[in-house]
Amino acid sequence: MFQQMQPGSHTATVSLRETYGKALVALGKQDKNIVVLDADLSPSTMTCFFAQEFPDRFFDCGLAEQNMISIAAGLAACGKTVFASTFAVFAACRCFDQVRICLSQTGLNVKVVATHGGITVGEDGMSHQAIEDLSLYCALPGFTVIVPADARETAEAVKAAASTRGPFYIRLSRIKSPIIYPEGYAFTVGKAITLREGKDVAILATGIMVFKALEAAEALAGHGINCRVLDVHTIKPLDEETVVKAAAETGAIVVAEEHLAQGGLGSRVAQVLARTKPVPVEFINLGDRYALSGQAEELLREYSLTAMDIERAAKIVAKRK
Amino acid sequence: METSAQKANQFDLSVPQLEQMSKKLRRYVINMIATARSGHPGGSLSAADIVTALYFKILKHDPRNPQWEERDRFILSKGHAAPILYAALAECGYFPVEELSTLRKLGSRLQGHTDRTFTPGVEMSAGSLGMGLSCAIGFALAAMLDNHKYRTYVLLGDGECDEGQVWEAALSAFQFKLDNLVAIVDYNQIQLSGKTQNIMCLAPFAKKWQAFGWHTIEIDGHDFDQIISALQETRAMKGKPSMIVAHTIKGKGVSFMENNVAFHGKPPSPEETDKALKELE
Ligand SMILES: Cc1ncc(C[n+]2csc(CCOP(=O)(O)OP(=O)(O)O)c2C)c(N)n1
Repeated sequence: MFQQMQPGSHTATVSLRETYGKALVALGKQDKNIVVLDADLSPSTMTCFFAQEFPDRFFDCGLAEQNMISIAAGLAACGKTVFASTFAVFAACRCFDQVRICLSQTGLNVKVVATHGGITVGEDGMSHQAIEDLSLYCALPGFTVIVPADARETAEAVKAAASTRGPFYIRLSRIKSPIIYPEGYAFTVGKAITLREGKDVAILATGIMVFKALEAAEALAGHGINCRVLDVHTIKPLDEETVVKAAAETGAIVVAEEHLAQGGLGSRVAQVLARTKPVPVEFINLGDRYALSGQAEELLREYSLTAMDIERAAKIVAKRK
Repeated sequence: METSAQKANQFDLSVPQLEQMSKKLRRYVINMIATARSGHPGGSLSAADIVTALYFKILKHDPRNPQWEERDRFILSKGHAAPILYAALAECGYFPVEELSTLRKLGSRLQGHTDRTFTPGVEMSAGSLGMGLSCAIGFALAAMLDNHKYRTYVLLGDGECDEGQVWEAALSAFQFKLDNLVAIVDYNQIQLSGKTQNIMCLAPFAKKWQAFGWHTIEIDGHDFDQIISALQETRAMKGKPSMIVAHTIKGKGVSFMENNVAFHGKPPSPEETDKALKELE
């Protein structure tokens, strides 16, 4: 637990992609069984570090994501632990059938680590903004879906994925993220982290929205609303126990994610609460639309994905109790 | 394990024996699909001789030890031809022949399309066409990384080659210089709804693979001498993958199914089943 965590006191921002690239190199040194694939994006996904260090265990599949996923399955069927990287839009949309048949239906040990998730890809515009990837990957039986909140969580998630059998989807952002966690903190796949205790409202966030949730909670404390903040890094399998406990103990939930309204964390939380502990819920997400080109921060403001939006939602949901 | 240390195919049938075996496997196919009242006879029968040659003459494999690390790998990319693979696996001893009659039934290990999690001996799941060659590349790369001597064989349909992924794979197998990879296309010139030349022309097919840098061999896919010598020839190839374009007849062995689009995915009626089995005696 990180009750003393103060946003602002940890404002160093670190690239999740770079962290991923370096984590892969570290894993590659420990485990000769790790193989990395990319689809002509290694300078952007940062698998290039691994490629430089272990050229024999790195295969650039070219601009051919479908091919890459099926090759990954073949390697995994021969006992390799395979990391396959590309942008999140392509990882989710270009090769979904290959992911479904070759990874989900087989349960093979392939880790799809996708960078440039969400709208904070920015200027490249809607073709490059993955806003449906969580929904698609969560729809696949057997997949573990993780969205790290900072660089340290990225490193932990990548390590955990390497040492846990089965298919994983890990979504990383293009932009750098503020550091939230201390070095060596305890990360467990499928176990949400309570970053801040509170009894009035619980904010459940994932990815870049976690830091914004902490900022919102800090501001809300000034208004006498005590927010619990959960980092729900693992969207599937969802930590139902912690989610339901938060609902039971606070009676009001805000879910914040950089994703469409449908099929992501919000949908999954609502489903659990509808069954076990119905309480008022407000949702911070992109809704049902594509975003436009623009700078990351601009877009977050334009599409109401800021700490202030979370703050507003928390006030609304607190009144609905 | 002594049986696993074998250097060659443990069945090593002669050509006359292979001919008998492929007839037997064809009978299984007809019976299985008739019993299931669903399935794909046409593409199972066209592939029967190729699959028979692989399992009973070419592949190093051990039915008592399906996970033997050094085994050759075979991937059926055209997963709808599962019955012919199941027939071969059962006859080899991967599972009891009696189990073949459970094809497509609830609770069976023999799913409608090949599934590696259920069936001993099935190396990769399939059913959505176009993926198997890429999967085979993964197997071949793994062999290269681990210095294993095993070879990877993959069987595709010709209609399947309409899928763009097949050509992505064609590019990358050449790029990765995979001389331990052999692809075979069951070139029966019929796909689901008609003749390939009318739906999506593939010609000049062998030339396309040559242009992609593959060692390409064209054979009669029902002539065991040609199948075996082509498969053996690929062993000598260095630095590039091999493609065997096997000219076949869809529905081969059953007169009224031969070159008949209708039997792509339709089971024979009870009368047709009797007739087919008689022809395959
Ligand atoms: C991606 C995909 N699209 C469509 C189908 C439906 N389908 C099953 S078999 C088939 C035709 C296959 O033709 P071919 O590869 O020539 O197989 P064969 O004639 O050898 O049976 C089609 C379209 C499928 N299984 N997968």
